[in-house]
Amino acid sequence: MEHGNGWARDIYGVFKAHEIAIVSYVPDAGHRELIALCEADDAIRVVPLTTEEEGVALAAGAHLGGRRAALLMQSSGVGNCVNMFSLITACDFPFLTLVTMRGEFGEFNPWQVPMGQAVPATLAAMGLIAQRAADPDEVGEVVDGAARLAFHSSRGVAVLLAQRMIGAKRFTEGR
Amino acid sequence: MTDGPQLQRRAVVRTLLRDRGELLVVAGLGATAWDLASLGDDPRDFPLWGAMGGAAMVGLGLALAQPTRTVLVLTGDGELLMGLGSLATLAAQRPRNLRLVVLDNEHYGETGRQPTHTARGADLATVALACGFPQARTVRGEDEVAALREELHAGDDLSLAVVKVALTDDPLTLPPRDGSYLKHRLRGVVLGPRAGFQ
Repeated sequence: MEHGNGWARDIYGVFKAHEIAIVSYVPDAGHRELIALCEADDAIRVVPLTTEEEGVALAAGAHLGGRRAALLMQSSGVGNCVNMFSLITACDFPFLTLVTMRGEFGEFNPWQVPMGQAVPATLAAMGLIAQRAADPDEVGEVVDGAARLAFHSSRGVAVLLAQRMIGAKRFTEGR
Repeated sequence: MTDGPQLQRRAVVRTLLRDRGELLVVAGLGATAWDLASLGDDPRDFPLWGAMGGAAMVGLGLALAQPTRTVLVLTGDGELLMGLGSLATLAAQRPRNLRLVVLDNEHYGETGRQPTHTARGADLATVALACGFPQARTVRGEDEVAALREELHAGDDLSLAVVKVALTDDPLTLPPRDGSYLKHRLRGVVLGPRAGFQ
């Protein structure tokens, strides 16, 4: 069993390597440690949102100004973003989002299941590329590849962080 | 309509952007984007053709990325109503180089002139203040527009101005449609020759 949340630190390391300057979020327990790491970093502007689509538009504006942004959200937030993803696809903006999944592995809340199950199809429908990370040891590598795809090839890319991986962590930390 | 707002939106935009210098403008979709284009096609402009509700947040991203430049978000009442929560997000960040101007004709002018909530009492300037904006007000008179132009350039804090404008039929003046082109062009202005390498 890992001490703490190793993969969150790996993602933070990827953010630093790619010079991510703005991290926006609607919180999820699975993103808690990564949000705390970003908040402790003076070189990262952390922007809490009222709804996830704000973070899509924010990332587009940041790119216009020459800085890189990332959006952290839970799977339910993907549905809130749908029309705003037009901005990414229509203008070929680089865009990176990390999505903590609900509604897939051992979900106890039935209301999380419809949007959670619809995430891959929703992203695909709007022209975003989805990549999945399910093993804590591979998260850093997957996010690094997604960041390169987003920022070097100017694509919208979502990393889906598997609920099975996040859920195991929740049990060990007792929330 | 004679006792409704009298200000003409095209004239307001012309006044606000006179001698604009390095001012960067993000325009919300629809009439405000056409208003901006009526002044001519300009590489300092990023007019939206969609992404309704997103103009203020595009402006925030640009303002945070370029803290030494002034960024103006020019949008309409319907566009801002769709992204009302973004006012709270902007106030929480309080970028001192970001200004919002809402051309409020109290209608969805592009879709059949249905009244928006501002026709029924929603006061966007008060909403902005309640969200924590340090400055927000409503402008109704010609002389106030000239003063607003000065404030946009000389101001040093986040602000919002609602400009009550008449419901008008203006000539259709369209900006370029290709979002990728608009993006690269603005980045060229902001970042210079390095725009293509980052």
